[in-house]
Amino acid sequence: MSVLAQSFAMVFDPQVLLVMLLSGAFGLFVGAIPGLTATMATALLVPITFFMEPIAAIASIVTASAMAIFSGDIPGALLRIPGTPASAAYVEDSYRMTRAGRGPEALGALLVFSVIGGIFGTIVLIVASPILAEMALKFSSFEYFWLVLLGLSAAIFVSPGSVPRGLVALIIGLVAASVGMDNPTAEPRFTFGNLDLLGGISFIPAMIGLFALAEVFRYFVHGHKLGAPLRPSTKGMLRSQIGVLRRYPKQMLRGNITGTLIGALPGAGADIAAWISYAMSKRFSREPEKFGKGHVEGLVEAGASNNAAVSGAWIPALVFGIPGDSITAIVIGVLYIKGMNPGPTIFINQAELINALFIVFLLANLLMIPLGWLAIRASTTILAVPQKILMPIITLFCIVGAFAITNSVFGIILMLAFGVLGFLMEENDIPIAPAILGLVLGPLLEQHFITSMIKADGNLLSFFERPIAAGLGIFTILVWCAPLIRRILIRRKEALT
Amino acid sequence: MNRRAVLPLMAAALSLGLGVAPAMAEYPERPIEMIVPWGAGGGTDAVGRIFAQILQEELGKPVNVVNRTGGSGVVGHSAISRAKPDGYTIGVMTIEIDMMHWQGLTDLTYKDFDILALVNADPGGIMVAEDAPWKDAAALRDTIKADPAGTVKASGTGQGGIWHLNLLGWLMSEGIPVTAVPFVPSQGAAAGLTDMVAGGVQMVPSSLAEGRSLIDAKRVRALASMSDERQSLFPDTPTLKEATGSDWKLAVWRAIAAPKDMPPEARAKLIEAIEKAYNSDAYQNFMKERGFGLRWAGPEEATQIVAADDASLGDVMKKAGLAK
Repeated sequence: MSVLAQSFAMVFDPQVLLVMLLSGAFGLFVGAIPGLTATMATALLVPITFFMEPIAAIASIVTASAMAIFSGDIPGALLRIPGTPASAAYVEDSYRMTRAGRGPEALGALLVFSVIGGIFGTIVLIVASPILAEMALKFSSFEYFWLVLLGLSAAIFVSPGSVPRGLVALIIGLVAASVGMDNPTAEPRFTFGNLDLLGGISFIPAMIGLFALAEVFRYFVHGHKLGAPLRPSTKGMLRSQIGVLRRYPKQMLRGNITGTLIGALPGAGADIAAWISYAMSKRFSREPEKFGKGHVEGLVEAGASNNAAVSGAWIPALVFGIPGDSITAIVIGVLYIKGMNPGPTIFINQAELINALFIVFLLANLLMIPLGWLAIRASTTILAVPQKILMPIITLFCIVGAFAITNSVFGIILMLAFGVLGFLMEENDIPIAPAILGLVLGPLLEQHFITSMIKADGNLLSFFERPIAAGLGIFTILVWCAPLIRRILIRRKEALT
Repeated sequence: MNRRAVLPLMAAALSLGLGVAPAMAEYPERPIEMIVPWGAGGGTDAVGRIFAQILQEELGKPVNVVNRTGGSGVVGHSAISRAKPDGYTIGVMTIEIDMMHWQGLTDLTYKDFDILALVNADPGGIMVAEDAPWKDAAALRDTIKADPAGTVKASGTGQGGIWHLNLLGWLMSEGIPVTAVPFVPSQGAAAGLTDMVAGGVQMVPSSLAEGRSLIDAKRVRALASMSDERQSLFPDTPTLKEATGSDWKLAVWRAIAAPKDMPPEARAKLIEAIEKAYNSDAYQNFMKERGFGLRWAGPEEATQIVAADDASLGDVMKKAGLAK
């Protein structure tokens, strides 16, 4: 029997298929609950996988994590509770679509483009793992510094209003990110002697507060002005995506490529990928004014990018045992336990197992379509609940979600405080997205800047001394100067005519 | 008949019925909570979860893992020590308990816990990139000694983290000033190792297990293990004593701890179940496959190990100016 046939036989074993189905349902369920993350779903599975065959064990983790990442978008779209920092990039668009009665369409787009992104990432994983893993090994703090800076620049592009307001939001996020002692010097900052603040502001409770609770406050202050969301029909929600795909093929492809490349970098991952993709989508869009107001274009690109990055994270994990994100960190442990030691030789020495793993990846992504469809159908019933009852339910979800992430009341306090902050910000037309970006990327920026400075003995030019760093640095500076250059060119043209 | 008389009678009837001697219901009668002071998905979480899984089979009641993260482990450790000492809250204690009070983060020390057992220990090591010029730890030490400070830079944990202290302890034991090797803080050993392979730093003093895949891929070279004996996973890597003659030793360990003053019956039962879980095939295989070091120590010995590390880490931190 050929190697490939053997691999197929391994995966299409009734037991493995059943495990995939069950873990898929489990992943969807965990991911859809606000505050419970894909990482948590994976960690919960580990003790169970211990008693499974290697392929069944890996299959259950791959399936559960892929499903959980998609279903994390569901509370984002329906209740404005984003599940991950990555999904926060496009939560505004998906939620506005729901409010306009287009919820299933938004979720359908997220589902379909998640699947496409996941499959694209898997194909890259199959054909180009060794090369991309080598590339990832060339990234040191100098390169990551520019990448993070590029990500932060996205704040300007994603903020719907004026640039200064976007900057205010970004700074709010950066200030919140500097709390705690998880900074390069390990010196407690802004903790006021409080034990809980030592750990800093964890972004899940902050995100839930800023987005979801702020929305609840707004409902009670402004009453029905926002208009009740309709319980929309889920009919044709997937079929309509063919049209979306035809309209935005370039966006889909760009999201896939960006996501896979950034995902393959262990220090970057899905969060940065989704934000950069969303910003890129808006920057190159013909209708940038529609972004953040319920436009599907950003969902296509950032949604695909998000899932492509999740597959991409497996590249350094399989080739060098370097975790690309918290999920692959768990996966590497499981691989070792199952005797599939990560390393460049895994592709040769364990060809059947690794091929079986790739088949599992593709299958898990395809399985996402029917299971995701069911999950969307089941979850949109919540929109039929009258607003007066829905709002307290959302508040309850917010509290549970904020508690779940740290298992402490402090998470709830944090969520409440950020809820008030989010409400005040939106009342004053300060966008929330850049604040999230600052909160997520601020610590990374500081980390990479300080460590680079220690390595280079304080020489600022060292940010341009390594070839990749120099390239990224010049690109970032060009992105910043682009509006300026364009303005000068336009003025010169006007002067000529 | 008054109420006081009824209770013992009922208890006697109950115990007769169940065929057990003690009047109170036998521990454990409800689920046990196991606090992990670190995030889901990390090494401590993995050990905690597999241990909980086996422990619940031994005790016959669910053992639920709860991650209480934050504040460099302070939050979770406090939660273990402040829990009600009824045997229904235990936790995984890590070596950070011997560091955080020296840093002035908390007053909490190992003395505030009832340490039930040590279930794992991973010795520190010295790793360099495969293309680095140093073939053994003595050569690396000589470069550090002879060349200007900063020629060799190290990474692998946060500032003042355990592997930073491992580096400082090693340098001190060799009579080298601690300023000779600047430390570049990183988010964990994996990030430090990647950075080393990318050419950002020259050495990583973390446990060899953390560099296993890169060592296997011939990207990282293990120069020494800070342990009494060579590690079974890395038989070709000498101990530090063999490599340079230094007496410095350090291992990160994971212990099962409980709040002080537990009822003696519950304590005895827990210790017995923990030892059984440690010796189970499931735990032994898990640890071996993951590359985690197996190390058993009962309550007294474990407390001694934790106390000895507390003293030696405190010494290093004071000399390096990291203590408050």
